[in-house]
This record gives sequence, structure tokens and C-alpha cells, in this order.
Amino acid sequence: MATDTYTDIQDTKVGQKAAGPVGWIDDRLGVAGMARKNMRKIFPEHWSFMLGEIALWSFVVLLISGTFLTLWFQPSMGETVYNGSYEPLKGIEMSQAYASTLDISFDIRGGLLMRQIHHWAAALFVAAMIVHMLRVFFTGAYRKPREVNWLIGVGLLILGMVEGFAGYSLPDDLLSGTGLRFVDGLIRSIPLVGSYVEFFLFGDEFPGELIIPRLYMAHILLIPALILGLIAAHMLLLVYHKHTQWPGPGRTNDNVVGYPMLPVYAAKAGGFFFVVFGFTALFAAIIQINPVWAYGPYNPSEVTAGSQPDWYMGFSEGMVRLMPGWESTFFDRTWSWNVAIPGLGGLGILFTSLMLWPFIERWITQDNREHHLLERPRDAPTRTALGVAGMTAYGVGWAAGGNDIIAIQFGLDIYTLTWIFRIGLFVFPVIAFLITRRICIGLQHRDHDSVLHGFETGVIERSPSGGYSERHAPLPVATQYTLTTRERLPELEAAETVDANGVASPAGRKDKLRARLRHFYYQGVLDKPTVEEVHHAEEHLGDFQGHPNQIGDEFGGVSDAGVPKSH
Amino acid sequence: MTDLDQHTSNLPAAEPIADPGLPEHTYRVTDVDESQARRTERQISLMFGIATVLALGFAVAYFTIDFDQTFLGWSAQNFALGFTFGGALLLIGIGIIQWAKKIMQDHEMVEMRHPAKSSDDDRLAVLEDLNAGIKESQIGRRPLIRNSLLGAVGALAIPGVVLLRDLGPLPHGQSHTVWKKGMRVVNDISGLPIRPADLEVGQLVNAEPAVFFPAEGEEEAEIHGHELLAAKSKAAVIVVRMRPDDITPDAEKANWGIDGILCYSKICTHVGCPISLWEQQTHHLLCPCHQSTFDLADNGKVIFGPAYRPLPQLPLGLDSEGYIIAMSDFLDIVAPSYPELARDQKKLDEENNRDGA
Repeated sequence: MATDTYTDIQDTKVGQKAAGPVGWIDDRLGVAGMARKNMRKIFPEHWSFMLGEIALWSFVVLLISGTFLTLWFQPSMGETVYNGSYEPLKGIEMSQAYASTLDISFDIRGGLLMRQIHHWAAALFVAAMIVHMLRVFFTGAYRKPREVNWLIGVGLLILGMVEGFAGYSLPDDLLSGTGLRFVDGLIRSIPLVGSYVEFFLFGDEFPGELIIPRLYMAHILLIPALILGLIAAHMLLLVYHKHTQWPGPGRTNDNVVGYPMLPVYAAKAGGFFFVVFGFTALFAAIIQINPVWAYGPYNPSEVTAGSQPDWYMGFSEGMVRLMPGWESTFFDRTWSWNVAIPGLGGLGILFTSLMLWPFIERWITQDNREHHLLERPRDAPTRTALGVAGMTAYGVGWAAGGNDIIAIQFGLDIYTLTWIFRIGLFVFPVIAFLITRRICIGLQHRDHDSVLHGFETGVIERSPSGGYSERHAPLPVATQYTLTTRERLPELEAAETVDANGVASPAGRKDKLRARLRHFYYQGVLDKPTVEEVHHAEEHLGDFQGHPNQIGDEFGGVSDAGVPKSH
Repeated sequence: MTDLDQHTSNLPAAEPIADPGLPEHTYRVTDVDESQARRTERQISLMFGIATVLALGFAVAYFTIDFDQTFLGWSAQNFALGFTFGGALLLIGIGIIQWAKKIMQDHEMVEMRHPAKSSDDDRLAVLEDLNAGIKESQIGRRPLIRNSLLGAVGALAIPGVVLLRDLGPLPHGQSHTVWKKGMRVVNDISGLPIRPADLEVGQLVNAEPAVFFPAEGEEEAEIHGHELLAAKSKAAVIVVRMRPDDITPDAEKANWGIDGILCYSKICTHVGCPISLWEQQTHHLLCPCHQSTFDLADNGKVIFGPAYRPLPQLPLGLDSEGYIIAMSDFLDIVAPSYPELARDQKKLDEENNRDGA
């Protein structure tokens, strides 16, 4: 147990032991100033702040397991005859890349485990990044001053997807070759320069002999280095800005409340690394992923029905499947809209809108303040609805990427299904937008009511005249405060398009557009209760004289079974 | 904009509910009851202990379990290694987190934030330094230096780009395949030539040019390695037999078949997947990658999906021994579209004296 008497640090055990090493390091690196600021840095606590950590740790798992795999993998398309332990493929000609992948799976003990850990961690890495990004989006955590970190995050997501694709193309099995064939077709569709890019990238006519060594370089050196650099920047900015937090009693825009880095977060985050690694290892132990031996070596004249890319490529795959067969000839050149638009445009539109959104929102709201408190999704209905609409479009594309599998599993006609997705890509997001916006505003009304009218206690009272009513009681002050900390809505002023002298202002059209968008953004959104409304409610709820029994502050209503609950 | 505008609490003065401040700290059972704390300590160290045992178990599994042993249908080795390794990692992780949650102090602490921006003084100083730097360099006064330097650095892009020229050859050979007049159409697995009588109505055979297989009396085929893959990616075909009455060929293709036997490229004109999902009742061929559907009874036309060009057809004939042969190379370019396709197709049509298909 700690004692209250203060001892100089130099006289304590730790002080005596650590003074030497700390002094040695600080004499040379001068880091004590920086360490002093950061060793006990406060981080707020919430489960959703852990999502980015999953991405970070799965990347570390990828580095560790990937390094192991490089000890045996041969990134060569040179021809060899397989002579390893896997009987069905013995004596078959294949590339050294594929043969060495088989060796890792069948002749290196623990090799299959590491391959599966690597693949599971890759799927988890991209998934965690996306879920983390959704958390940041829906809580408005990307707002000033964190826009740059949002951009870095989008960059990480793009790199992560490219890295994943490069990785699963390396084994040179039938499935990865089919993926490369698709990319070859995609590259060919680039207007005007497609064939040149194709020949330069593949080093010859598809498939050439160079694409796997080149992808290997990108996969183990170039892209991981970029990812590492961006992660470092992402974390440094996180430390500099300090983490956002949820509003609540004592948690304001000017402070951060939580636990110190040392020891609590060092332990929690460090322990979480072992948890993420442990989960991927258990997955690798019991759930098979990418059994390359079952596909056989790459052969451009073969394909397996139901070929599917890794999950994060499903969206592009689906967009390509949905596109009608449009191709045209201008200036003696072929323009393959059917591949270029969905293949390059689908993800292009997605990532461009993600990168632009913080700036568009700020332009609409004209909000130039720093924001460190998170917003509940319901309190920004238009943003939330746009996000859900985007997710819906992504989901339609993703489902369309598996339209053959859906059709077979549910006995549907694949052409009808494709048409549903084609139309749905445009219609479903609009429906999702309208419904989400409505739900958000509905939830805002609910919050509003529970602040102003209290919660339903479940206590039924009979009035002297014989009428029955349910008694309402005010929420605990902390809850009321939490529900009313969000920002008040700005005034929606009309744009001035003419100046004082009646001359149309040059910025008039821009302002008009902004006024329209502001109206769209804030339309129907419920502001939080005013001071007067709350005063009125307090009088109404607090000292109501008609109640025969007083209920204490701790009373939290009764449950369905009639048992009293406390807050 | 003043400092105040950019960084004030975003709570205006008139808030409906005043901030009640941080709630009172509630103590955990391990804070107040030392026996509970000791119990937690024992639990955590038990996790670390089991993790150590699992790590040892990993080594045992590594040296004792063979590749071909199975356990509940899993590879026993993979399962044992993964279970011990993953279990050890998980227990260490959970143990550390338990330590943080139950033993380490859990008093919430408050740290104040500062605006992301530097002080106004710093900003002014930066502007002044920047100005001094620009002035002292005389970059503005001596545009000749500035512009020629920009030109020289810009010109460095030339070696940068030129160096990449040898990444690959210029695009070539996209309009021809290895098929030529008289080459036998052979089964893609056995390499055996095909007679019309081998095919029944409704049947589809995956086939390849005979040149992919060793000629009689030879040990090896003419092409192998990556050249074989490149050639295959254009020359793979399917041979189908339909009822002659069902087929509606274009005028030039009227005698490209033999008794209802037609030969089409297997390579999808969309992004180049090999197509082989055959519906014999409807004569439709479906690509498993993106579901482009071609009608083989109607000149390989696209009837659904993202492909645009019909499947190229290979003219067939019979050689003196009665085996199916190609009568020429493909007259339409095979494989996914590329920018110069329209030009190359025109040239190919001129070579073959065809008036633009």
C-alpha cells in the first residue's frame, strides 16, 4: 500500500536503480524532456478506441509472420518440377513460387501455420482499418484539427488493399493467377496507354516472367515501408492532438480524462498485441484459409467456378460484374468503358469522396473550431445518413462480387440478381439515406423527451378522480448533462447575393450553393433543449405535489418483473 | 481570426444543464480487499504459468507430430502448433490486461488540451525567417538562377523515365495466336487429336493447339515455360457440337464448322478468364469470373454481362486422317480489349481480305 509521506525520487529504490541508465541515455539523446511529457500521457477509454489498435497489431503480426515466410519463399516464375511431400502434385511442372509455397505448407514445420496466420492477419488488418475508419467517420472524429490524420488513414487503407492484393498474387496458384489475369485486363483498359502499361509492368506479354518478382519487391519492401511511415505519422499526430473523447460529466473539449500511458495503457495495449496475435494463431490452427495446393499451378486456360478474390477486393469485383458491356471506338482506338469505369472508377470515387468529405463538411458547416469531443451519430443525422448510404452502396457492390455464389446458394436466377444489384446500386443508398436520417432525428427526439419529461418509472399511480398514469422521474443529472453537451445548431441565415449597393456579389453563386447545402445538412435536425425548456421541465418534474410517495435519487424505475432498479 | 474564436470551449455560457463534474471514484473489490487482490494475482500468474507450459508444448508438438497425422480432420501438426502458440499468446495477453484492469490503479486522471496551433509569436517568427531566407538567397531578384535550376531539376525526370524503358518490350503480338492452317485441335489434357465422331451433340471439349504437346517421336513440346503460358492465354479453345439446325452462322462463318461442331476461343473478351460453364440446352457459355454470357449457336454473341465483343471463332476443317484441324488463325483478336485493338483488328482484316466484321 502506498504511503502518504513524500520521499525524494532519488531516495527511492526505482530512483536509485534507474538514475544511471536514464542519465546515460539522456546525456546522449536528451530525451528526458520528451519522455516527461509522454510517459504518463492520458488516454480516454472506450471500446471503440480499440479498433485502430487491432489494425496496428495485425500489421505487426503481418511483419513477423511475413518475415518468417520470406526465409523459404522463392519469388520466381522459373519452371520447376514439384518433388515435395504433397502427393497429388508430384511430378507436375510449376513455377518456383508455387513450389516453394507448397514446401512452406507441407515440408516446413509450422510453415502452414505461419502462412495461415499471415493470411488471416491480412484479412483482419484491412477489416480493422475499415471498421476503425467508420468509427472515426460516424463520431465526427476527423474534424479539425484531425483532417490530416484522416487523410493519412485513407492512404493507409489504400496501401493496405494494394499490399493485400500483391500478397495473395505471389503463390502463383490457379486462383492468384486468375486474379492477375483480371488485373491484366484492367490495366489494358486504361485509355490510350493500357497496352504499354501492361507490357512494362509484366515485362512481356501476359503473364511474362517478371510480375511475381516485381510484386514481391512491392509486397515486402516498398509498400510495407510506406505503411510503416504512415503509421508512424498517424501515431505521432494522435499523440500530438491527444485522443478524442466522449462527452460526459467532467469531460470537456478542453481536457482529456482517462488513464495514463504508463502503466495502464502500456499494459492494456501491450497485452492487446498478444490477444490479436493469439487470435490469428488460433484461427490459423482451426480455420483453413487459401489452400493453394487444392487449386493447382496457374494455367491461363483453366479457372475454378466460384473464383473469389480476398474479401476487401469484393467491392471492385462486384462493380466490374455489374457494369453493362460498353465499349466504343474513337480515333481508331478501343475504349473499354466496361472495365475501366468500374475497375478504376469504383474505388476511385470511393476513396476520393472519403478524402474530400472532411473539407466538404467544413465548407458547409463553416465550423472553424477545434473539436475534441465525439458526436453521437444521431446528433449529425445528415453525416450519419450519408455514411450509411455509402456503406449501402459498398455493400451492394460487395454482394454483387459474389452474385454467382448467392445465386447458387439461394437458387436464384443470376441475371435477375445482377439486374437487382444494378438498380440497387443507385436506389438502395437513397432509401438507406432517408431511413437513417429519419431514425437519427427520431432518436434525437427521444433524447429530447427523456431530458424534458424524465424517464418512465414503471410506477402506476391513480389520481383521486380515478385516472391512471405512469409516473415519470428526472434522469440522473450526469445523464442529463451528457445528453445536452452537444453543440447548438447554427443559425441558418439566407445567403446575401447582392451587396449593399445592389450589385451581385462575385461569390454569390458559391454562397447560394452553400446556403442550399446548409439547409440540406441541417434540415429537420433537432436542436438540444434550451435553458428555459429545461427550467420548465425541472419545475414540472421535480416538485410535483400530487405524489403520495417520494422517490429517492437512486431509484431507477421498476423492471418488467416489478423489481425496483437503481441508477 | 483571434485565438479565442478558434479555441474556446464549444459550450456556450447558457447551457441547459451545468457540468456536474467527474463522478466520484468507485473502488474495486481488489482495492479494498487484499485477499481478493491476492486471488487475482494468483489467477493472473496461473495464466502466465499455463502460457509457459503451452510454449513448451509447442516444442514437443514440433518434434513429435508428423505431417500426415490428422486430428478431427485437421492437420494434427498445424492444429497442435497453432493451439499451443495461439493459446500461449492469448493467455499472456489476457493476463496482462487483467493486471491492468484489476491491480493497477484506476483513478481517472485529467490532462488539459492545448490548441494544435503554435503561438502567434512562433508563426510571425516563421514568416520572418522564411522572408529572410528568401531575401538572402536573392531567389526573387535573380530569376535566371531560379528558372534555370527549375529547368535542370525538371530535366532530371528524363533519365528517371528513360531508365524505366527496359521494364518491358513495346506491345506486340496481340493480334495473332499460335493457331495456323492445318494445326490439329487436340484434347487439352491428353493431347490426343479429335475426330468428329468423338463428339456427341451437346458435348463440350476443352482443347488446345497440337503444338502445345510433343510431336510424334519427340520428347518435349516446341513451346514451354512462360512462352507456353503466354501462348495458352490466347490459344485455348473449346470445341462444341450442336444440332446443325440450331446454329445461325453469319455469312462468312457458314462453313467454319463441321456438322454442327464449332470451335471458339476459350478466353473471355472481357478480362481474359477462361470460359467453360456450358449450358447445352440453350447453347450459352457463361464466364465464371464476371458472368458474361455468350451464345455459341449465334456466332458467340454477348447476351448478358460486362463483355462487349463476341467470342472469336476458329474455322475448322478435317485433315487427311479425318482429325479436326484449324483452317487458319483466329480472324478476330482474342483476349481482353486493349487501346490499339480497333487499329490492329483493321490491319488483321486487311491481311485476311475481310471487309471489317
